[in-house]
Amino acid sequence: MFTLPALTSDIVVQINAGASKTAPVRRPIEPVGRAFMHHAQRTLRNHTWSEFEKIQASQNVQRVDESKVDPDEALFDTELTDDSLLQHDPRDWKTADLYAAMGLSKLRYRATEPQIIKAHRKQVLKHHPDKKSASGAGLEEDGFFKIIQKAYETLTDSNKRMQYDSCDFNADVEPPKKGSKYDFYEAWGPVFESEARFSKKQPVPTLGGASTKKDEVEKFYTFWHRFDSWRTFEFLDEDVPDDSSNRDHKRYIERKNKAARDKKKTVDIGRLVKLVERAMNEDPRIKQFKEDEKKEKERKKWEREAGARAEAEAKAKAEAEAKLKAEADAKLAANAKADKKKAKEAAKAAKKKNKRAIRSSAKEAEYFGDADKAATIDEQLGHIVDSLDDEQLVSVADKLKADASATKAVLSDAAKALVDAKKLPASMLTYFS
Amino acid sequence: MASPIVGIAFGNTSSSIAYVNPKNDVDVIANPDGERCIPTVLSYVGEDEYHGGQALQQLVRNSKNTIINFRDLLGVPFAECDLSKCSAGAPVVEIDGKAGFVVVRGNGQQERLTVDEVVSRHLNQLKLAAEDYIGQSVAETVVSVPTNFTDAQKKALYAAAEKVGLKIIQLINEPSSALLAHVQDYPFDSDVNVVVADFGGVRSDAAVIAIRNGIYTLLATAHDATLGGDALDAELIEYFAKDFEKKNHSNPRTNAKSMAKLRANAELTKKTLSNVTSATISIDSLADGFDYHASVNRMRYELVANKVLGRFGQFIEDVIAKAELDPLDVSAVLLCGGSSFTPKLSSNLEFLLPESVQILGPQNKNATNYPNELLACGAARQAQLLSNYDAEELAKALEPVVINTEHLKKAIGVVDAEGNFVPVLFAETSFPVKKTLSLKSAKGDLLIGVYEGDHHIKETVREVDPKDGNNKDEDDDESDWSDDDDEPDVIREKHYTLGTKLMELGIRGAQGLEISFNINKSGVLRVAARDLKSGHVVKGEI
Repeated sequence: MFTLPALTSDIVVQINAGASKTAPVRRPIEPVGRAFMHHAQRTLRNHTWSEFEKIQASQNVQRVDESKVDPDEALFDTELTDDSLLQHDPRDWKTADLYAAMGLSKLRYRATEPQIIKAHRKQVLKHHPDKKSASGAGLEEDGFFKIIQKAYETLTDSNKRMQYDSCDFNADVEPPKKGSKYDFYEAWGPVFESEARFSKKQPVPTLGGASTKKDEVEKFYTFWHRFDSWRTFEFLDEDVPDDSSNRDHKRYIERKNKAARDKKKTVDIGRLVKLVERAMNEDPRIKQFKEDEKKEKERKKWEREAGARAEAEAKAKAEAEAKLKAEADAKLAANAKADKKKAKEAAKAAKKKNKRAIRSSAKEAEYFGDADKAATIDEQLGHIVDSLDDEQLVSVADKLKADASATKAVLSDAAKALVDAKKLPASMLTYFS
Repeated sequence: MASPIVGIAFGNTSSSIAYVNPKNDVDVIANPDGERCIPTVLSYVGEDEYHGGQALQQLVRNSKNTIINFRDLLGVPFAECDLSKCSAGAPVVEIDGKAGFVVVRGNGQQERLTVDEVVSRHLNQLKLAAEDYIGQSVAETVVSVPTNFTDAQKKALYAAAEKVGLKIIQLINEPSSALLAHVQDYPFDSDVNVVVADFGGVRSDAAVIAIRNGIYTLLATAHDATLGGDALDAELIEYFAKDFEKKNHSNPRTNAKSMAKLRANAELTKKTLSNVTSATISIDSLADGFDYHASVNRMRYELVANKVLGRFGQFIEDVIAKAELDPLDVSAVLLCGGSSFTPKLSSNLEFLLPESVQILGPQNKNATNYPNELLACGAARQAQLLSNYDAEELAKALEPVVINTEHLKKAIGVVDAEGNFVPVLFAETSFPVKKTLSLKSAKGDLLIGVYEGDHHIKETVREVDPKDGNNKDEDDDESDWSDDDDEPDVIREKHYTLGTKLMELGIRGAQGLEISFNINKSGVLRVAARDLKSGHVVKGEI
């Protein structure tokens, strides 16, 4: 780099107006490369340099923005979740929450290898003893840093990490309390999700929701009933002394550890079995399915008995119909009887009336001028009346009623008819012959 | 993902294909035989068509049906064709006024192929190789061609490519392509002049290119159709032939087949000698049933080929002169093409040109190890760039209005504290242009004098230091064998002198300066000096 000469006179801007640059030459430039394409863009769109630079800068900013953000960063803890970790004794590092120490308390067993490395770098930058001593702390206050290193060592070794994850009870999700009110899916989903990390078989079926199909729910519970877990409890082992002086003691500790591990494993399996059993009992879908099944059964039974039921119904109907009919018949018969009686009585009354009319007819006709022979007329009339049958009585009575003046003729006709019919001897009807 | 656009370097001797892979690296595509530098040869045996290395092998046994060196015949009237290069292969005949070849296919049937057809078939083979490699169909390409390719030749190439379903989106000049590929990996830190030398199989091309803000301007080009790898081969062949004749009293030069064998093996030996210092050549039954076996070291080869190698150096000097430049104006010589592997070529140039000139050959750590792949890589880079632009935009960009721009004749710069001229915009800078330089150390009241600069070469003769020895006799004795010659050393240096004063800007109390030079389309120069601390700006315009 060069230096500029000092300003001696009072110049601000002095243009040598008379001078002009040497005339330029026109030459073709090579149409290749990024610079040419930019040149072409500027020329074609008539951009000035500053405009073009602005456009380029905005494009660059976009590109940088896209590439800069690390999605992992958002998943790490921004600050230490448990401040007591800072005071934690590094010799007891096994009891510390290693994920929290690494700033991975949100991810835990889900953290990938690169994420662990990244998180470790971040924590080291923050908690390195050199850094701490700069802010006044002594160099020997490196307990937390030691824990971080231990955590890194554990979590980057796949075997050690498996053992640690097995005993990372902070990652367990407790099932909801019995008797409390809760949404089944919200409460149990995370429980199964956290338990699923121990499955040898992956992927693990999920709990699903209220609308999950029956076969899927059944598959889910079948899976969990036959759950194959890799969970081990070696991490909680008591440290085996590595002094060779006391071999028996060492073996004793080892045996004890193994027994403890087996016991814990058995307990864990039992716990899981109970957990699944409880979930299944509480699962509203299972209840629903049972109910549906019952309903279905009933419906089927109902359908099966349809034939017999129809028969019985038909029979009952026929019986009812027969009964009704009988009743109606009886009533009808009674009515008819009554009518008959009435008619009879009416006929009797009519007969009586007719007889009376005929008997009185002579009297009404004042015995046809033969009042002297009234007794004979009446007597003979009596004979006529008694001898006339019902029809004759009616016709005679009608004729008499119709024409009172012709009473004698009518009666004579009747007497004649009776004589002709030999019902009465003419001797008994002398007046009317 | 859309299928990538491939870059093709179509040479007389060999062709290469390259594309930019999804990792943003340039991949030079190998054909199914694993050749990344595919010989531009087609050979016909019966019904079969051979291409690349397989076809090259046919040159010995089946030379009459093997087509070589056909690129330069494309689009040239038959009368103007230089047929000497094709003599080793299938004979050239005239078909419809164009060059063509007659080959014998199955059943003794003759097939007459125009050169256009041959080029089509060659491009088709390249296309197939690329598709095989990438796993996607390839439809578009950028092809690099020599700077002296005529419009008729370009048109013929477009048509030949179109025939096999390859759309050439741009033809680019070979030197620019090579430079593009080189700059991608080893960018120059300032504006420089570069000689791009393409030493190919049968011809050599050179171009002087000015790089100004990433824009390339061709200042001069030179072509030599007789200077190439085959000229080196010829020297070596002659050497071996003489050796063979001496040993066996049999002349291999009289027999075409012997010559073909010798040529193939001599070429191989030459290539080996580029990598190791000694190589053997062994040919069974070279002539009259005599086998030939010999060993040759690099020194011998360089001596044998000294004359031709010298021509390469001369060729570069000529092109610099043609551009009206001094070797000192050139910052680097970029070597490309297959013949640049020859180590002597680089060392010759290093010797010939001033120390300030970098020789960017395969021996230089600041250049690619594969100069023969540069052209294809550059084409691939350009292809990748073009994939972001649509055809219409590109067509507009290639119009003369855009391409022909004004270039500064003289450098423009400022005067430093010692009164020397410091160029900011070099000569041959195309404008419109904007260049900013920041001087963080500039403090206080300062004067910015903007001048045009004339540059010239200052030759100073360094006197031979008189020997400090007291004894004159001793001195004489020494001078007999001493390399310390009596000739004076001439030191040539490039200098600028102040030319026309354009303007002066004064700035007070500066706390670091940023000076920007901006020349717009109509040639108006604006100089603005901005105080980095206070943001105070002083502007001048001429």
